[in-house]
Amino acid sequence: MTAHRVWRFGDNIDTDVLAPGIYMKKPIAEIAAHCLEAVEPRFAKEVRPGDVVVGGRGFGMGSSREQAVEALLQLGVVAVLALSFGGIFYRNALNYGLLALASSDIHRIRQDDLVVVDGVAGTVIDETTGERLTCEKLPPHLLAMIADGGLVPHLEKRFARQGAQA
Amino acid sequence: MVQTLAEKLIARAAGHHSVASGDVVTCHVDLAMIHDSGGPRRAKPILDRLGVKVWDPKKIVVVTDHFVPAYDTETATIQKLTRDWVADQRVPNFYDMQGICHVVLPERGHFKPGMFVVGGDSHSPTGGAFGLYMFGVGATEMAGVLATGEIWLRVPETILIECEGQLSPGVAAKDVMLHLCARLGMDGGRYQAVQYVGGTVTALPMTERMTLCNMAAELGAQTGLIAPDATTVDYIRAAGADPGDIARWQGDAEAVPAERHRVDATALAPQVAAPHSPANSAPVADVGAVQIDRAYIGACTGAKLVDLHMAASVLKGRRIASNVRLLVAPASTRIAAQAAADGTLATLTEAGAILLASGCGACAGYGSGLLSEGEVCIASTARNFKGRMGATTAQVYLGSPYTVAASAVAGRIADPRPLLAEHAS
Ligand code: SF4
Repeated sequence: MTAHRVWRFGDNIDTDVLAPGIYMKKPIAEIAAHCLEAVEPRFAKEVRPGDVVVGGRGFGMGSSREQAVEALLQLGVVAVLALSFGGIFYRNALNYGLLALASSDIHRIRQDDLVVVDGVAGTVIDETTGERLTCEKLPPHLLAMIADGGLVPHLEKRFARQGAQA
Repeated sequence: MVQTLAEKLIARAAGHHSVASGDVVTCHVDLAMIHDSGGPRRAKPILDRLGVKVWDPKKIVVVTDHFVPAYDTETATIQKLTRDWVADQRVPNFYDMQGICHVVLPERGHFKPGMFVVGGDSHSPTGGAFGLYMFGVGATEMAGVLATGEIWLRVPETILIECEGQLSPGVAAKDVMLHLCARLGMDGGRYQAVQYVGGTVTALPMTERMTLCNMAAELGAQTGLIAPDATTVDYIRAAGADPGDIARWQGDAEAVPAERHRVDATALAPQVAAPHSPANSAPVADVGAVQIDRAYIGACTGAKLVDLHMAASVLKGRRIASNVRLLVAPASTRIAAQAAADGTLATLTEAGAILLASGCGACAGYGSGLLSEGEVCIASTARNFKGRMGATTAQVYLGSPYTVAASAVAGRIADPRPLLAEHAS
């Protein structure tokens, strides 16, 4: 499995810093250009496809705006790891196929570490430090949805089945 | 089986006799609420891709409130798309520029105890004040609801907030919530159900109860809940709707909550949250003499009629400080009309307030009245995250409408109680 470079953030990264309201009328590319700039101006400029974002407590708390998730995906972020998540952000992330894993060992991951993430097993291996983190397991119905590529492809399958039956 | 109110509401929607916390269930949605920002603009491409129409137009309410009024071609385009979609999908309940969704729906009689409601907005727990289960989701998940009429949910534990005693003059539901944000933290709700009980809650009008449930979002809860009573019934009847049987929507007395927290309302002082989190709350006396440039009375949390009355009780016969701008955005057009009729708006404008349209306004950077670099504001809104009201260097404090009004008069963050006492004497 590929190792991903870590961007480390602290507690309470909210949806207003992930997708600032003043850009919410704009297309996603423009929102993404300002993602997290209030806390780390380098992020949107220097993040590379395949990177992973690591937060602390309450990652994604606040608004229901799923541009908070979309902006990260737009920038190529493949997973978000945190101590805990805002409930709506967490659902949004999985609906969009962005892996969101909660772990009580998250403090062991540092900026620029290389990590391998296994969503199905619920593990994160920090290759830089050799640490192995256990994450909360995702329930089966969500793993099935993620395997389909997110909520919309999952619904597409459902409606296609219904159409075939009709 | 012994059940909490949350469990009873979810069991009914899931078609089960009973459910227990931790169960993952699929619920039938009685009502879906969407607004201009996260609604049609985002759901339309998904429904088009799925090749379906909405599952039941009568069970959908659409509100324009975030980009109200449109102020450039981008926001005007979003509003137009919303109107066109409503017409295309034949959605009968559309409130165009009539106020903020969380306030407009109860005002127009869409809520009744026992319902299961999904809102495309994070402050959707507001509806829980009516003894119904309501929570917020993102736009894609809402598109799924619009397509299927269903949503999954993990049955939450109940976190009980027991509030006893009478709030002092100048102290409001907003202060209770800021105090709880500081005490429990913004993830203290653990995405569970926060239920408010006790004499303080029973004595509050529906609009203040709505503030308690609204800010369950700031506690990180999935929803806020208050069991329906005579106050609920009166409000719903006055809104022209039938409250139905409220006896069924009470939690069992033997049901054991996961956590209990007590609040002594009598001892509570006005609270102020310092930048950039509602969890940075403390009694106003601890905040010190912070000079302000702006005072804002607005949002679903802080611009209902009761909130405007609070502000007016402080501002009556006074002028705001010359270096302060006070902006007021009544939460709905109906509230604005009531406040015009009872003289509240005149009190506010005579004190120097500038009125904005009924909508989200400056609350979250979508509308007008934003802050520039380094400006200091005290607002009656629910959140003061960095950059939320405009520039990232702006400093936003939160307080009740009493505290915001008193601060506008003083030109710095101020305790409203001395000003109210002067009026009383
Ligand atoms: S007033 Fe503010 S908190 Fe309420 S719905 Fe609008 S943006 Fe959200």
